[in-house]
Parts: sequence; structure tokens; C-alpha cells
Amino acid sequence: MTGTTSETTPQTQASAPGGLVKDVVTLDRVVIRLAGDSGDGMQLTGNRFTDETASLGNDVATLPNFPAEIRAPTGTLPGVSSFQLHFADHDIMTPGDAPDVLVAMNPAALKANLADLPGGGLLIVDSDEFTARNLAKVGYAENPLEDGSLDGWQLVAVPLTSMTTDALTDSGLGKKEAERSKNMFTLGLLSWMYHRPTEGTIRFLERQFKRKPEIAAANIAAFRAGFNYGETTEAFAVSYEIKPAPMAPGTYRNISGNQALAYGLVAAGVRSGLPVFLGAYPITPASDVLHELSKHKAFGVRTYQAEDEIAGIGAALGASFGGALGVTTTSGPGVALKSETVGLAVMTELPLVIVDVQRGGPSTGLPTKTEQSDLLQAMFGRNGEAPVPVVAPRSPADCFDAAIEAARIALTYRTPVFLLSDGYLANGAEPWSVPDTGSLPDLRVEFATEPNGTDAAGDPVFLPYLRDAETLARPWAVPGTKGLQHRIGGLEKADGTGNISYDPANHDHMTRIRQAKVDGIAASLPPTEVDDPDGDAKVLVIGWGSTYGPIGAACRRIRRSGRSIAQVHLRHVNPLPADLGEIIRSYDRVVCPEMNLGQLSLLLRAEYLVDVHSHTQVRGLPFRAAELAAVLQDVIDSTGPEVPS
Amino acid sequence: MTTHPIDEHVHELGMPAFDQRIADAVARSVELGGDKQTTLKAKDLKTDQEVRWCPGCGDYVILNAVQSFLPSLGIAREDMVIVSGIGCSSRFPYYMNTYGMHSIHGRAPAIATGLAASRPDLSVWVVTGDGDALSIGGNHLIHTLRRNVNLTILLFNNRIYGLTKGQYSPTSELGKVTKSTPMGSLDHPFNPVSLALGADATFVGRAMDSDRKGLTDVLRQAAEHQGTALVEIYQNCNIFNDGAFELLKDPLTGTQWSIPLVHGEKIVFGPDGASCVVADGWGGLRVAETNQVDEAQIVVHDAHREDPAYAFALSRLSHQDLRYTPMGVFRSVAKPTYDAMMTDQLEDARSGQPADLDRLLHGSDTWTVEA
Repeated sequence: MTGTTSETTPQTQASAPGGLVKDVVTLDRVVIRLAGDSGDGMQLTGNRFTDETASLGNDVATLPNFPAEIRAPTGTLPGVSSFQLHFADHDIMTPGDAPDVLVAMNPAALKANLADLPGGGLLIVDSDEFTARNLAKVGYAENPLEDGSLDGWQLVAVPLTSMTTDALTDSGLGKKEAERSKNMFTLGLLSWMYHRPTEGTIRFLERQFKRKPEIAAANIAAFRAGFNYGETTEAFAVSYEIKPAPMAPGTYRNISGNQALAYGLVAAGVRSGLPVFLGAYPITPASDVLHELSKHKAFGVRTYQAEDEIAGIGAALGASFGGALGVTTTSGPGVALKSETVGLAVMTELPLVIVDVQRGGPSTGLPTKTEQSDLLQAMFGRNGEAPVPVVAPRSPADCFDAAIEAARIALTYRTPVFLLSDGYLANGAEPWSVPDTGSLPDLRVEFATEPNGTDAAGDPVFLPYLRDAETLARPWAVPGTKGLQHRIGGLEKADGTGNISYDPANHDHMTRIRQAKVDGIAASLPPTEVDDPDGDAKVLVIGWGSTYGPIGAACRRIRRSGRSIAQVHLRHVNPLPADLGEIIRSYDRVVCPEMNLGQLSLLLRAEYLVDVHSHTQVRGLPFRAAELAAVLQDVIDSTGPEVPS
Repeated sequence: MTTHPIDEHVHELGMPAFDQRIADAVARSVELGGDKQTTLKAKDLKTDQEVRWCPGCGDYVILNAVQSFLPSLGIAREDMVIVSGIGCSSRFPYYMNTYGMHSIHGRAPAIATGLAASRPDLSVWVVTGDGDALSIGGNHLIHTLRRNVNLTILLFNNRIYGLTKGQYSPTSELGKVTKSTPMGSLDHPFNPVSLALGADATFVGRAMDSDRKGLTDVLRQAAEHQGTALVEIYQNCNIFNDGAFELLKDPLTGTQWSIPLVHGEKIVFGPDGASCVVADGWGGLRVAETNQVDEAQIVVHDAHREDPAYAFALSRLSHQDLRYTPMGVFRSVAKPTYDAMMTDQLEDARSGQPADLDRLLHGSDTWTVEA
């Protein structure tokens, strides 16, 4: 069953599950893609399989891929939704370049995904759905299950729909309703094929349909029927085993990026001792952060679904003025609307976390797809000189730490901070080593409680723009604090007093000091990690955000081929780490792969006057590791001879 | 779970972590600076900043009225916050010795909502103008009103853009000749009171800048109202729209054309009470000659009427040229406030399973890898 991307030879052993003699093949990794209609429940099925797989101890990476339309016309190409997951007995970095197994629930799903399945790959289709009508909808003149066009793959046509309804004849459900459980039948079959534990899914279904026990029972029955079918049918002669991946000791769970990000914000509230206030307007793919945070009111998290993006950030800033950790969540178009308020936060120097879960752009773009094209918007998308720190997570689970880091900067430096996640991180999932909460950063800050200066007459006064010598942060005096009444706003402030000032020298000074404050954050950052295991690499690859997985996987391939390459992945894009210039100068070439047209490359060139080799792609999907490895290899080979390690 | 120092402190006080640090800072400031002072004088509310409105601007009158009236509420000045947008009126916070934020054009209600929703202990005010609240900020205004956040909104209506030097505003009368409309404006104006009532505002009032007594009376009722209170204040811009409200200010015509609203009293106005308000038979109201109707037909003003249609009908009596303009409190009804309901939800959530970060992060499905 090895696809072209599989890397080891399967080991076969005989076994006898369910009385039938079936072989069990041990694999080191598998990539499965589930594809169906938007209404077929492929995302749910994928998520369940992911949870089963993670709990078994495999390393997992997932790539949900769905259309922006909630229900495109049934059975059409635009309505196809898919979920790819890669699981292995070792540490993996991406959801896989191409599937080894494709499950197609209808002709549209087959047509939209077949090109990605390497020759010889396993193809499981629901034969019930290959009706003349469904075939015509997507332009198949002949039934591909019968015309030999699928001979290059291991085709297994299974009547998934009718077997599901057969299994549910006694459930009391109508045919249409019973058919809806076919995704659970499929999940059962896959669970048998890959020796996945089933208890978690049964528990999940019981929980999910607590108020509709008949639906829960039907789904569980379909799930079990699929499992039993695998065990007894002759259509599948082998099942597969993927041993747990060796992982560092600890307690693990499966987590998606948006969930991890929301947890990071809750944790930031706990570790700062401040109430979290989220002002947000629903937008794909960021809404799940709002949904998740709205569940955690017991932690003092206030969530406010505003009338628009501008009100979302406005309310968050108002809450920050009152002493909360203000947060707003959005995606690219929402950032455009929020820009003016980000500028006000720069001017008023209040803490604020702006979460941008990037999607394909410009304009409405590709709402459900991933891209990294908001970096320059986050950097420069405001009027005036309005520097804002930018922090980026590198993987779904890393969204937790990145959110805490964004909150640390916002609170310590009294500044708005951009947290740039993206659609791939948001919906993708991976195992997460649950941290010891006591070891999380201490984010406490002191509110101002007494005057910090004197006026001309020598009387004590509060100077809202008197700065901390080290961080250049201004004091945070919350309303209610006696004697510290002050007015802030968007007009230029006089240094110290914060009164309105149109003085030319003051404006020049304040502009530079706001910049210096943000630049100074670099002093609080740890040394940049350079992954250069051979120590003799001439080429350095620099990335940021969700490209970490594909770049890392590409670097492994390069190293396996006997070449050397160094990798740096940036957590902080603004300010850049203080040691980055020196690191860059110690390599002959710098390559920067990005899911945009070269935005970080532009910044690196401007900052370090270095001829960055920019490699870009904006397909709405993550890089493929193999393609990226080829690009890196070309750069290495054109950089001059190297001694094989 | 390793107990965070904050948690220990919080556990001692039996208070939730999230509000305690704010309360601590406030308590510390009182410890250092003496008790909160709730007996203020007007001068206590002045700042050292020079007031920079044009000489003769109606804003001065309103500022004086507000500074004179606020002390009577018995609220310490550090517990008051004034949030404004952009425009002449929005400079207001700089002249008030309270907490304040001069924010962005149109966005003050949004910013104030975040503050009021997270700090129900504060008295939060919004100062805005006709352009700020009704043009660029129209969306925030109507949504704030329907949510009923505990805010008092003072809408200074001068029917003109002053800070940008004289373009027509969303309350300018149709056909207004201004710098941007040399042949007269083409858009029909908003009636701010009608708009607010359409958004189901729980408190709506209207007052005149120069009428200290009437203004103070409406402001007091607005300040005491739980929920969003909108007060439209007619304000003269003596530079770009001088005399805009002269019809209502002039002692002679003012009596004739303004309709004072007093809760519980018959709506009678005009010289010698010659005019009155009666039902029009179509669900609305109309003006009638007092001596032409039965006394029983004259409407008795009821600001507490639940159905906003009555107050709306009152607001529709006035014309663009300000004839038959009701002044006073149109509507004042009690409804739960957004911030109180939000606080209740937080308390409900807390009274269930206590917040435990460790438990949250672990979730329900974990597995352990042994060393």
C-alpha cells in the first residue's frame, strides 16, 4: 500500500482477527484523505479519526480543506470538502504532500482529488453514489468505477450508503436520516483498517447527541457496522498498524490551532491576574477563537460579539483602558477595518492583542484557505509612523505559546501586538504536550496607584506618559484610581503630561520614542535558535508562521540526501531578533519560502541589505515538503561545492 | 497545579482573580490619597487645559452646565469616564478632571461599551456630535442603544460640520447651502430622537444648550437611568450655523414652537397654553388648538410607556424647520442592562465548576507518555 511518498518497506505478519485470517502490515506512516460533499460530515469524521489516532500515541498532522459555501449544490465540484491527516510512528512535521489513501464519498470528491493520489494508492469509494445523475453532475461520461480508468490505483468500491441504511433498518430512522450516518460507517471501517481505538468515538457520539439518543444510537450502530464490515469482508485482506511515535515524556492531548490560541489567551488572563475581554465580529477562519473563549466565563473571560470589526477592537481597547487584557480576533479584511483603532492603541499606549487568522486575499479572497499575506498589513497598514510588534505561531499547538508571548509584549510594553496565525494553523491539529501551568510565564504588571511627578508648583501630579526607563512603557492607571485622572486620545501627546501638543520637536521626539519602545522589545527575546546540525551549511532558510512544518520537513530531506542546510524560524517578525543580522551574515545564501509574494523577504532585504532568495506560493494550501526540498537543493547546488557530511 | 501567587491572594479574599487586581489598585490609591471624595464642586471638575472652542460656542454653555450639575450625583471624579469621538464636541474630555478618552471619529460608543461592560463600577459618559454619532458612527450608536449598555450619551447637535469648517451634516435641513452643497443639500435629515427610539432606546431626551434648567433636568434623569441614555442637546455653532435654533430660543417664537414634556402632565404648550397634543386617530399624535378639543382628549405624557411607538409619535411632531419640537424626556423605561447581564453570566459560570486552568488545558482526552 505504499504510495510514492512512503519511506520504509512494510512488514507483513499474519493474524486472525474476527475468525478470518487477515494480514497485519506494519507501516511507519500513512496519509489519508477523506473527501465528500460539504454535507457528508468529512470534517467531523477527520477530526474523530485524528483524536483516535492521537490517543494511540501516533504523531499526527492534519489539513482540513473546505469550501467557503456552507452547502454548495450537492454532488458538485465546488461542494467538495476534504480532510487530510498524516500519522506516523515518528515525529512528523506536515499533513503530507500527497495521500496514500483516498476515500471518495461521491464522483465529485473523486474527480476533485484523484490527481493528488499517487499511482498504486488505495482508493475507497462509495459505489452507491456513482449514479448516472451524480456522474453527469461532474462531467463523467462513463462510470469510472467500470471503465478501467482507475486501473492505476487499488480501487475498492464499497456500497457505503446502502450498507449504512441496512445496518440501521431497526433504528426507527427514515432512509434519508439513516444515510447521514454513512460517515460514521466509513470511520468504523477506517478504524478497523488502522487498528484505531473505538471507545473515544463512542463516548464522543454519546456526548454530542445527548439530547437525541436515537441519533446517537444510530451513529454508534453505523460506526460499529463499518468496523465489523472491515473485519469480515474479503474486500480488505489486510489491516495496518502504525506503532506509537517516541515522544518526550508527558501528558498529551490533540489540539487545533484556534483552540490552542484561545487557551493561550485564557492562560494569559490567569497568569496576569487580569480579566480577558474579547471584542470580535464573526469571520472565517477566526470565529472558533470567539466560540472557544465564550465558554470560559468562569475564568473571567468576557466575550463581546460586536456589530462590526471596528466595534470589536474598539470595545477591546475600551476594556484595556479599564484594566482588562483587551483582545480582538479577526482575519485579513477585518484587520483593514480595525486599522484606525490599532493606530489609536499605538497612540494611547494601551495593551491590546490583535489576532489575525490569515486567509487568502486580497479582499474577500479565499476565506477558508490559508495564506501569509497579511504580514506587511500588520507591519505597515496604518497612517503615520505606527509601529506594532508582530508575533507568529509555527504550528497548531504553538498557537498556545504564541498567544501568551503576544500578551506578554502587550502588557509589558503597553502596546497593541499582532498575533499572525493562519487558516492552516487554525484548523489543523496535532498532539500537544500539556504544559505545567505553574511553569507558564508570569505576566503580572503593576497598575499605577499614586502620583509619579510634580507640577510647576511642586504639587504631586500623575504624568501618564512618563516612561519606564527600561521598557519605555507608560504607566497604566485604571479609572477608579484616586488622584490619577487623566485624558488620553489620538491627538499627539506632550511627553510626560500627555496633554495635547502640536509642538514640532515634541512630535519628532514622541514618534521616535514610540518606535524605540517597539524596537526595544528585541532586548527581551532569547537568542535565536539556529538549526544547523552539521555545522557546515552554506545556505540558511528563514521562515515564519505555519511554513515551519513544510520547511522543517524539506530540511530533513536535504540532510538525508547528504547536504547541509541551516534553518531559522522566526517567532518575532517585529522587532526582528537582535542577533538575526549576524546569523544571516554567517551564511552564503539565505532562502525565504513564504505563502505570499515575498513579504518577509522584503523586510529582510531592507533590514540587512542581504540578497534573500525568495520562494513563494499562494495556492491557498501549505507548501509540499518535496517541492520545497527541490527548491532548497537547487539553491544549495548553485551556491558552490560542499563537502558531504 | 502549582499555585500562582495571584491565585493564593485571590483565594484569601474569596474573590475572582480577574477583578481583584483592579480593585486592589483602586484600594491602594485610596490608602495613599485618602477616601474617595464624593462631595465635589464645579471647579473640582475643571482641568488645567485651556478650553479651545470658538468664542461664543454653545459647547461652553454645555460644559458649564455639566460641571455644575455632575457634583450633585455624588460620584467621585475618578469613577467617571468620558469617552468622545472626533469633532468640536469631542474635545470635551480634555476639559473634565475625570478619566477620559478622545478616541476615533464615530467609535466612542464602541469603546465606551467595552469599558462599561467590563467595569460596571464606573459612570461612563459619551460625548459626541451629529456628524460623529449619526454619520460615521451611526452603526455603533444604534447597536449601543439596542444593547442597553449602562452609558450616558450626550449628542451635541449643531446641524453642521464645524471642525472641518462648515459642510452639511446628517441633521442639516434639506436644501442646506454649505461649502460642499452650493446648490443646497439633497439628503433628508435624521431626527436623532426618532432614530434612537427606532433602535428601542430605553432613555431618550432632548434639551437646549442655553436652557440651563431644562438641560440639567434632562441630564439628571439620564444619569440616573440604568442603561443607555441618549440626550440630544441642541447646540449653537456661532461660526458655521449661527442661529440654527433661534426659533426655539427666542422668547416669543420659542414658546410657540417648543413642546415641553413633563411626565404625568398634559401636553399643552404655546402662548397661554393655546396648543396641545392629541391622538390623530391613526396611531400617531397631532397638534391641536386647546380650545377646539375636549380636555380628556389631550395626551398626558407618559415617559414610562413600554411601547416606543408613543414616544416615536411625539418625536415625529417636529418639522425640519423646528416647528413643534418636543423638549424633555421622551422615553424612560427600565430594562436589564447589558453589563449587568454580562456580569450575571460570569457569576453563573463561576458558581458552577470553579475555574481551573490545569483542567481546562487537559480537556477530556489525554494520554501519557512515560519516561
